[in-house]
Amino acid sequence: MKERNSKQKLIAIAIGAAVLLNIPILETVNKKILVFGFPLLYFYVFLIWMVLIVLLYRLAHQKSK
Amino acid sequence: MSPAVVIISSIVYLGILFLIAFRAQKNPRKSTSIQSAWIYALSMGVYCTAWTYYGSVGKASRDGIDFLAVYIGPTLMAPVWWIVLRKIIRIAQVQRITTIADFISSRYGKNISLGSIVTVFCFIGIIPYIALQLKAISESFEIITSQSTAQTFSGSILKDTSFYVVIIMAIFTLLFGTRKIETTERHQGMMSAIAFESIVKLVAFLVIGFFLVYYAFDGFGDLFNQALANENTSKLLLMPEKSGYREWFWITILSALAFTLLPRQFQVNVVENTNENHIKTATWVFPTYLLLINLFVLPVAIGGIILSKGEAYNADYFLLHIPMMFDQNLLALFIFIGGISAATSMIVVETMALSTMFSNNLLIPFIVGNDRLKMKYGKHLSAITIWSRRLSIVFILLLAYWYYHRLDQYYSLVSIGLISFISVAQFAPALIGGIFWKKGTRKGAIAGILIGFAIWFYTLVIPSLLGNSAFGQDLLENGLFGWSALRPQALFGLEGFSPISHAMFWSMFWNIIAYITVSFNSTQNNVERNQSEVFVDIFKYSAIYENTIVLKGKASVPDVIKTLSQFFGEDRSAQVIRLFAKKYDIDISDPTNIADPRIIAYAERLLGGVIGSASARMMMSSAVVEDDVRIDEVVSIVRESQQLLIANRELTRKSVELKNALDELEVVNIKLQENDQIKDDFLSTVTHELRTPITSIRALNEILFDNPDLETEDRQHYLGIVIKETERLSRLISQVLDLERYESGRQKLTLNRCTAFELIHDSVEAVNQLIVEQKITLDIIDNTNDIELIADKDKMIQVFLNLLSNALKFVESGDGKITVRAEVVASFMMFEIIDNGKGIEEEFQKMIFEKFFQAKNQLMRKPKGTGLGLAICKKILDLHKGKIEVESQPGIGSTFRFYVPLYLDQKIKEDNNSIE
Repeated sequence: MKERNSKQKLIAIAIGAAVLLNIPILETVNKKILVFGFPLLYFYVFLIWMVLIVLLYRLAHQKSK
Repeated sequence: MSPAVVIISSIVYLGILFLIAFRAQKNPRKSTSIQSAWIYALSMGVYCTAWTYYGSVGKASRDGIDFLAVYIGPTLMAPVWWIVLRKIIRIAQVQRITTIADFISSRYGKNISLGSIVTVFCFIGIIPYIALQLKAISESFEIITSQSTAQTFSGSILKDTSFYVVIIMAIFTLLFGTRKIETTERHQGMMSAIAFESIVKLVAFLVIGFFLVYYAFDGFGDLFNQALANENTSKLLLMPEKSGYREWFWITILSALAFTLLPRQFQVNVVENTNENHIKTATWVFPTYLLLINLFVLPVAIGGIILSKGEAYNADYFLLHIPMMFDQNLLALFIFIGGISAATSMIVVETMALSTMFSNNLLIPFIVGNDRLKMKYGKHLSAITIWSRRLSIVFILLLAYWYYHRLDQYYSLVSIGLISFISVAQFAPALIGGIFWKKGTRKGAIAGILIGFAIWFYTLVIPSLLGNSAFGQDLLENGLFGWSALRPQALFGLEGFSPISHAMFWSMFWNIIAYITVSFNSTQNNVERNQSEVFVDIFKYSAIYENTIVLKGKASVPDVIKTLSQFFGEDRSAQVIRLFAKKYDIDISDPTNIADPRIIAYAERLLGGVIGSASARMMMSSAVVEDDVRIDEVVSIVRESQQLLIANRELTRKSVELKNALDELEVVNIKLQENDQIKDDFLSTVTHELRTPITSIRALNEILFDNPDLETEDRQHYLGIVIKETERLSRLISQVLDLERYESGRQKLTLNRCTAFELIHDSVEAVNQLIVEQKITLDIIDNTNDIELIADKDKMIQVFLNLLSNALKFVESGDGKITVRAEVVASFMMFEIIDNGKGIEEEFQKMIFEKFFQAKNQLMRKPKGTGLGLAICKKILDLHKGKIEVESQPGIGSTFRFYVPLYLDQKIKEDNNSIE
């Protein structure tokens, strides 16, 4: 049950990240603006990337318990 | 910087690598589970080659964010590794698969042609990629030693840097990649070295990133503000205008596939995985690794452009140029070492994987499949395997070297990588379909791969090879035979795509269509169906796999050992088989016997680990007279053996239970039969007992009826008898009912306090008349001191009356003597009724408490009574938790003794507790 549950979460995370890191959402951040000194597009992509890592980290450690 | 310093540093670095690999190889068990999980995750970093290291910066300096797509792809795959990668790992481990070619050929019936196709295509696709690494090393060497970067290949080969790179790489790979013949045995040493290299290249990249951002510039804000102000660099902050998102989308998918399918990734991700749980660590460690190594790519690209101030530096090597601009030679050297680490890790793992494919999927099947060659070389297969692997490593590197000098002018650094990616992506439908879709057939897989590869070649390779020639120009503009639908870069009129997205889309499109439609229109043979079953349902089968039958055939155990001994040596083969037989309790003592199918299957898998599954199958089937196996047979065998163990245990348990139940049943049955008999006896006795008084009543009534003028005296006499018999009848009936109540347990006691005196007095009162009439002496001895007992008074009196009337029946009138005695014995009150009647034979003493005992023993002259009295007494005392016994000597008299507990209420309570 738990195994199944975390599998579903993993798939959901993959789909979510794939949608967030693709057109059309990328278009909305494709602007020549700096955020905290970083270009918005890069800032957004790396932010999503980091969130993904945090989620995967939490899921991996929750599973190992 | 002087070449000598650079060369010495490089050799020292490679020496360190050797040392790490050597130590890890020597003490493979030293690393803890967490360590090996991290080694696993970091060794995945072999994905980041020199192309990533140097080329990403070059790509970013031209197209901005596009370079990231190659790393976003694997990152997006990471969450589903636990589902997809784990399945591939499990299949590879169970089937002892060591390469991607082996994996695909195994899935589709251990087919040799499929394995060869995959191998050849891997070679075609990957060798340019290896060449790319050689190019990166020699070019970076030329930059750091400030030599000409011109690509002229003139003069002696001995002056060429990349040639030495090839030699060193060959030695390194030979030392750690082909030490053992069994490729299923992991290369822990090499993996530790690869993980170390991953760290080196990451640290090098981070160091140069920090140097640039915080030394050359004043932090990220400064860098990007300058970038915004510059027209050349400000466009890099956005998605490239032309086909940006489309490219991004397709490259994301492409790189996600390549991450699983590249031979080196298959080696690292699948073959070198020692524990499935390591995937969990890799799932977050590897995306983190990719994020970190890409963090400074854009800043370095932008910084490089700004710092070069219009001078023509090769953007691919900004990483080296930047520290050199600031005269940071040591930093430059470190960056160079980082580049070496990126290139060497890729070269070593990739050539090793390719060499295994070469020996297992091309050479050995060729030798084994050819009778003449097999006769000639069959005995040396083991040596041939390992030497062909070693030679092919050298061959691959030389091929890459040749390619680098001959053809690299057609490609930029980055495009070679992506072209390789698309070539291996052609295996995706066959592989992904193979592990999730049972219906995929060998023909479908071959069709898909062939057509995908043809499109790859036509749309990517041809334009690069011929792009500069007149024919090539014509082909690109007007298409093959002048058909514009066949333009290599605008196939079927698809325009506006970059060559990479274009090739990716069309090759995958036709590949998938061919795979699916051909699969639907072709059938699988037995082996194929068996394999598809095992691959798709691997988690169901892996636990019991060693017991499943793959090859059903006839061979003796010595034959099997002989086949194995070509690779493992005679002694070891025999030992391995003996151990396996012992583990599964298979008898192999008789050499003439046909070997157990499990042994054959096991031997095949052992061979598969050495020479690949397709070759192993050929080897085994030459030793085995193969029967045709039907798939349903195999599947049912697999399922049966899975359930057999469980069922067996269950069966044993059940049969024991059953036996116990049977025994019990038998006892119950005997008892039942007895009860039935007793019931019958009881009924016949009761009816008999009822008939006697009824007969006499009827006879007497008839006399009275027939003789109305009978003497009053006689009439009185007869009527008296009738009344007596009627009384007896009603007594009998009430006693039968009584007994029935006792036996069914419906009789309840009404407890009250009473003394022995009361009981005896009340009872004697009732029979006093008879005693007086029969002139019988009655003595009462009461030693109870009026101690009270708790009992059902009426029932106790019934016991007394029964016993007293019995005594009265058996004593002679006149000199008869009856003694009633009461005494307290422990917690019981004991009563005795002693008579001097004729007594009871010893053999009958135990039986007199059974109902109708008198009736059953017609020898005893029956005096009076129903024959139920003593039975009822016993029931009453049972209810009181007391007991009754008899002592008697024929001719002298009888003593009926019974015990009643003093505190019956307490005793009942105790009994209830003990039950609870």
